[in-house]
Amino acid sequence: MRSRLFFYIIVLVLIVAGCAIAWQRHLQTQLPLLPGVQAPIWLVEARVDFTARGEPVTVNLDIPDDPPGFYLLDEQTASPGYGFFILTENGNRRGEWSIRQADGPQTLYYKIQLVPIPLAATSRGELPVAPAATSVHWEEAEVVAARQLLAVARERSSNPESMTRELIKLLAASEPEQNAALLLSATPLVPLLEKLLNYSQLPTRIVNGLYLEDGRRNQQLTPKLEVFVGDRWLLFDPRTAHQGVPENFLLWNQDRRSLLDLSGGHNSQIRFAMLSQNLPAAQLASLTAADSPFALFGVHSLPVEEQAMLKMLLLLPAGALVLVFMRIMVGVQTSGTFMPILIALAFLQTTLLPGLISFVSIVAFGLLLRGYLSGLNLLLVARIATIVIIVIFIIVFSSLFGYRLGFNTGMTVNFFPIIIIAWTIERMSILWEDEGPGEVLVQGGGSLLVAVLAYLLMQWSVMAHLSFYFPEINLIIVALIMLMGNYTGYKLTELHRFRAVDQQGAP
Amino acid sequence: MKWWVGPARLRRLGILGMNCRNLDFIGRYNPRRLYPLVDDKLKTKILAEREGIPVPKLHFALREQFRVKRIGEMLRPLAGFAVKPAKGSGGRGILVIQGQENGAYVKTSGRRLDLGDIKRHISNILAGLYSLAGTPDVAIVEELIELDPQFAGFSHEGIPDIRVVVFRGYPVMAMLRLATHESDGKANLHQGAVGVGLDIATGRCLMAVQHSLPLKVHPDTGADFSRIRVPDWPEILTLAARCHEMTNLGYLGADIVLDRRRGPLILELNARPGLAIQVASDHGLLARLRRLESLGNTHATVAQRVEFAMASFGRDLGGRKGFSEY
Repeated sequence: MRSRLFFYIIVLVLIVAGCAIAWQRHLQTQLPLLPGVQAPIWLVEARVDFTARGEPVTVNLDIPDDPPGFYLLDEQTASPGYGFFILTENGNRRGEWSIRQADGPQTLYYKIQLVPIPLAATSRGELPVAPAATSVHWEEAEVVAARQLLAVARERSSNPESMTRELIKLLAASEPEQNAALLLSATPLVPLLEKLLNYSQLPTRIVNGLYLEDGRRNQQLTPKLEVFVGDRWLLFDPRTAHQGVPENFLLWNQDRRSLLDLSGGHNSQIRFAMLSQNLPAAQLASLTAADSPFALFGVHSLPVEEQAMLKMLLLLPAGALVLVFMRIMVGVQTSGTFMPILIALAFLQTTLLPGLISFVSIVAFGLLLRGYLSGLNLLLVARIATIVIIVIFIIVFSSLFGYRLGFNTGMTVNFFPIIIIAWTIERMSILWEDEGPGEVLVQGGGSLLVAVLAYLLMQWSVMAHLSFYFPEINLIIVALIMLMGNYTGYKLTELHRFRAVDQQGAP
Repeated sequence: MKWWVGPARLRRLGILGMNCRNLDFIGRYNPRRLYPLVDDKLKTKILAEREGIPVPKLHFALREQFRVKRIGEMLRPLAGFAVKPAKGSGGRGILVIQGQENGAYVKTSGRRLDLGDIKRHISNILAGLYSLAGTPDVAIVEELIELDPQFAGFSHEGIPDIRVVVFRGYPVMAMLRLATHESDGKANLHQGAVGVGLDIATGRCLMAVQHSLPLKVHPDTGADFSRIRVPDWPEILTLAARCHEMTNLGYLGADIVLDRRRGPLILELNARPGLAIQVASDHGLLARLRRLESLGNTHATVAQRVEFAMASFGRDLGGRKGFSEY
């Protein structure tokens, strides 16, 4: 009894481990549990136009570093003849194009792919060093107005954030008060806010970002204010005083540096276009979670060719589960223990109906020829080898025939394991001689039934998805198979088989 | 008749299912290393002869393909004979020749085969066509069993045999298997032979089934089964029970034939006896097996065990009791 307990513990451990690993993988790598889940990504294109003067040209563009709310999936440039390099300086990345000589209108593209992620998940790396507020120079008349304005804002607030909000409200009001109007007449709103906040010893900078809207072209960056409070930068909208990063807002230029530096040209202009696209979430997860420990042991991190083979292998347990169920619980007879799974694998390549038709017709045709062979009195191995070759001929012929008739289904038959077919033919033919056509139908039909069921399970997109992206699911399958291996109850077919017992025994 | 029985009812009747048989009896009482003894009829035969258990006489065994050429000469002195694959199962590959007439070999069904057919059959056997795993095999040619006149009319074109299921050395259940035209002279129930359940206490007919359905008379000869009473019954049970000592298999099926001259002979042994015997006996195996499991080592000798079985498992002695009533 102790060994039984041990057995159930193993089964339980397998099931729990399978579920837990799959769930952890789902959480860590964002792999969806169901297939077909789509995740949106943004394609943003910055287009730089300028006129070159026939001299060496250097174009230096600030590019997003680690924008909050987005994962940077991919970036590329399209700029014929230009060299491109990404310079990194204090964590700030700038793309630099250079060419020895260029003349006339030039166009450079910088494209970036972004995945929206929850804001909280955005890692901002190490904490920035607390910056100092920049010194500010005012005109004589402005000093008083600025001081009074700041006094009002300070009066109505309790901390730097609320002070910033109050100041924005004062300045962005539709009818600003006297002091605000005076200051605004000399400086535009956003630089003025930056100036005022720095003046009140709050380190402040102007950042530029992009509102992402599907299919928009010729967009410009929108300026925002960032105020350093505590240990991080807080973003404020300079018109609404809204605090925090708005949805679908991509921070492009963060580090008080110019957006675009150009030498060797003039009339520079930068415009943005953007597009929302959908990517299968599974594919996306495999791209974004490349450094997670789960990705290391994920099949999808392998080269595509190996993936295709492993995809098949990882599906086999599902087929085995069906086979075990059908044989132990239902009691279906199959010819050859695991032949149905191999047929089901072949069906995966051929799809069901063409596969079924070609399999049955090949076996039937082979049986016909085998009948003739039995008259030749050959030794068994030689006879099976002969059948193998005949099967190859049938397959080649049907492929050619199908091709001439204009459909490709003829080609699909060569996915069937030829040796398996040959053995099936041989066994069926012996079965026919020994036990009659009835038994051939029972066993052949049983094999095909199991094969079709296994195929249906294996090609079910959920099963294919789970077994490929969550190979640990197979632990659960093993546990189920082990449980069934322990089943001592009646098979479904035995309920029919023993029906005679009931007749006389009935009270 | 209903098309199915509920599993609860089957359990109450003590019917042994395939899964339960494989796990709880074959898996537990038959160590794998003992299988070759019974899976190879030649080995069984040699072992039985050493133990003094009567078996059909072996004429010769053929191992090599090249000897098949000379088979005609070897068969010439034999009137009737049976060719069997040593590792065959389920009666497959067995060819029974009644006699020879001007170079033709006459099967029990009356069909005539020529030497070429015999050669092909033997070479198929040697190549392993009928063996369990498809491995190369040995062809056995042994003496023809002569029908005991008591069974005349009960078996069509074939010798009846008695299947006795032996558990831990106790004969548990027995049935007589009668060939029919449909089964082509073979005694395997799934091929259409008739199974006649036998009362362990007396050797009398309990009931008869073909294809799992009860019947009263033989489909080919019309003989009434209820007249059947197997002679030498205790001797047959003893013979079957001795196979336990011979092979050490805990759960086995012994196939016994009654030869007109030599009496009961062990034809072959089976480490995985089928379950159809329950239908033929109209009784489940499970209750008897469980009872014997709980028995311990009370009966030391074969005679004691046979006596116990005859006393406990007879029809008139509460043999119809369901499993739960024990």
